[in-house]
Amino acid sequence: MSTTAPPQPAATSEADEAAVRKAISSISRPPRPSAAAAALTFGWRGMLKVKHVPEQLLDVTITPVMFVLMFTYLFGGAIAGSTSEYLHYLLPGILVMGVLFTTVYSGVALNTDLTKGVVDRFRSLPIWSPAPLVGSLIGDSVRYVLGGTVIIVLGLALGFRPDAGIVGVLAALGLVVVFSFGLSWVFTTLGLLLRSPSAVMNAGFMGIFPLTFLSNVFVEPDTLPKALEAFVDVNPISILATASRGLMHGNAQVSDIVIVLAVAAALTLIFAPLTTRLYRKG
Amino acid sequence: MAADTTLAIEATGLVKSFGDTRAVDGVDLRVRRGAVYGVLGPNGAGKTTTIRMLATLIRPDAGSAHVLGHDIVKDADGVRGAVSLTGQLASVDEDLTGRENLILIGRLLGLRRQAAKDRAGELLAAFGLTEAAGKLVKNYSGGMRRRLDIAASIVVTPELMFLDEPTTGLDPRSRNQVWGIIRALVAEGTTILLCTQYLEEADQLCERIAVIDRGTVIAEGTPSELKASVGSGALHVRLIDPEQRLAAAQVLERELGTVELEADPTALSASCSDADRAAEAVAELTRAGVRIAGFSLGQPSLDEVFLALTGHTAQDAADESTSTEEQAA
Repeated sequence: MSTTAPPQPAATSEADEAAVRKAISSISRPPRPSAAAAALTFGWRGMLKVKHVPEQLLDVTITPVMFVLMFTYLFGGAIAGSTSEYLHYLLPGILVMGVLFTTVYSGVALNTDLTKGVVDRFRSLPIWSPAPLVGSLIGDSVRYVLGGTVIIVLGLALGFRPDAGIVGVLAALGLVVVFSFGLSWVFTTLGLLLRSPSAVMNAGFMGIFPLTFLSNVFVEPDTLPKALEAFVDVNPISILATASRGLMHGNAQVSDIVIVLAVAAALTLIFAPLTTRLYRKG
Repeated sequence: MAADTTLAIEATGLVKSFGDTRAVDGVDLRVRRGAVYGVLGPNGAGKTTTIRMLATLIRPDAGSAHVLGHDIVKDADGVRGAVSLTGQLASVDEDLTGRENLILIGRLLGLRRQAAKDRAGELLAAFGLTEAAGKLVKNYSGGMRRRLDIAASIVVTPELMFLDEPTTGLDPRSRNQVWGIIRALVAEGTTILLCTQYLEEADQLCERIAVIDRGTVIAEGTPSELKASVGSGALHVRLIDPEQRLAAAQVLERELGTVELEADPTALSASCSDADRAAEAVAELTRAGVRIAGFSLGQPSLDEVFLALTGHTAQDAADESTSTEEQAA
């Protein structure tokens, strides 16, 4: 609690008892908002946070930007023969990586909320109880779109030319965001189980980092040892990266897209109720 | 179980454990509608855990309670629709502005966009926060934060409000403002359950008080009953001439009983809770020729209440169970 706030002129910084009494008596209880309205209101709260704390967005876009530049120019020639050739392969994968990394922050943000009193107020309101969770993930999805857009724009600036044009790029971004929405529930569960925001961050990246690297985001798996190749092939992140590449370059397999959506749905079905239960329990 | 409709809160045998610690160990409460009811106790006594159970934030392990006729477990949503909570940690979002906080709550309670904006403006003005409306709450002072917190609790007027230590950490001016707001709420018919560590606060605001220690209610009654049962406050007298202290002590001993000489060589005190008898004793001192620099009749402190009721001080209790409350919070 700060004691250093500047003194306010007495006329405006005092509570006015008569006005307080009037304010108390001048309202009647409106009908409760629908589940969707409550969730969207929490989404609005997430947007306000992006507005007030834009650094959040910066944190999660800098890493993928660094990866694009580093991998393209350091390894591009060695891996794919030329940097432009490699960028063609890498960029859809980096889009996946960048946005998936952002999902960890959903858990971090929820854990941060829990350490403050505001969650108590939300939980004591007569609203659809998963609304705060669903709402913040809706807000986070907007962040995913923004973060993904930064990566795509950077790619275009560096010479990335998707064969399927803007429609393909948007479809890929959409698929990545849907998958991320599902994956976020894993981290919100983690966010409710672990003690501190930094513990959530560490645990989250300990999982997402190797999973992302042990995929086909950076390299074609056919040079890998057999066991590793087998893992990379079934890693949902590989399938998402392949689908994202396919959508951007116009050769997507329907089966890949179906698998990605199924995994996203499964993650949501398992972890959304788990998160909600933990959140309700307090 | 039929709920008594004249009661806002009716709790029986509430129990909540965290690990091996019984934070709340069989609390009974009966709070009349329209009353300010105080729950008085040191840190870690179980106040916050009790409030959190009644506000449906945590489920009791045992026991039952009705809040405004709604069962806190079976009809938690019914409770939530009629109460609001101002927690010990300010229950507002630090990363939003004051205005955004109030609009957020208004929208969540079902107000339309414009109605929520208007309501936020009205409350900000009433609580003296118009100037700070556009600032992020993390830059607010403790008093401003607390006022915003209470404003957020009455965006839609609740029938019952839980206030958990609303003045802890506030300077006297902010504290008086919060007291004023509480009185305004009561005048408009809101029932208030007030947790506090300060006997003075409970005495000023509450119709009845439950003293809680180590998870159980150890005394209940009106502030006067409570103070009477504790025994007494003390008459403190300061003399102009320290040489007269012995004579003064004899007079007070005769008039009031136990006398204590304080560290200040001009000061002494005698236990006494009755203002008339205190005035009489002061008059006796003057008659005996003792010259008095000043005197006051002090109320028993929370520490004295605790010492009298439990045989240990509030501080001891806090030291023993701080970890419990932290887990609960």
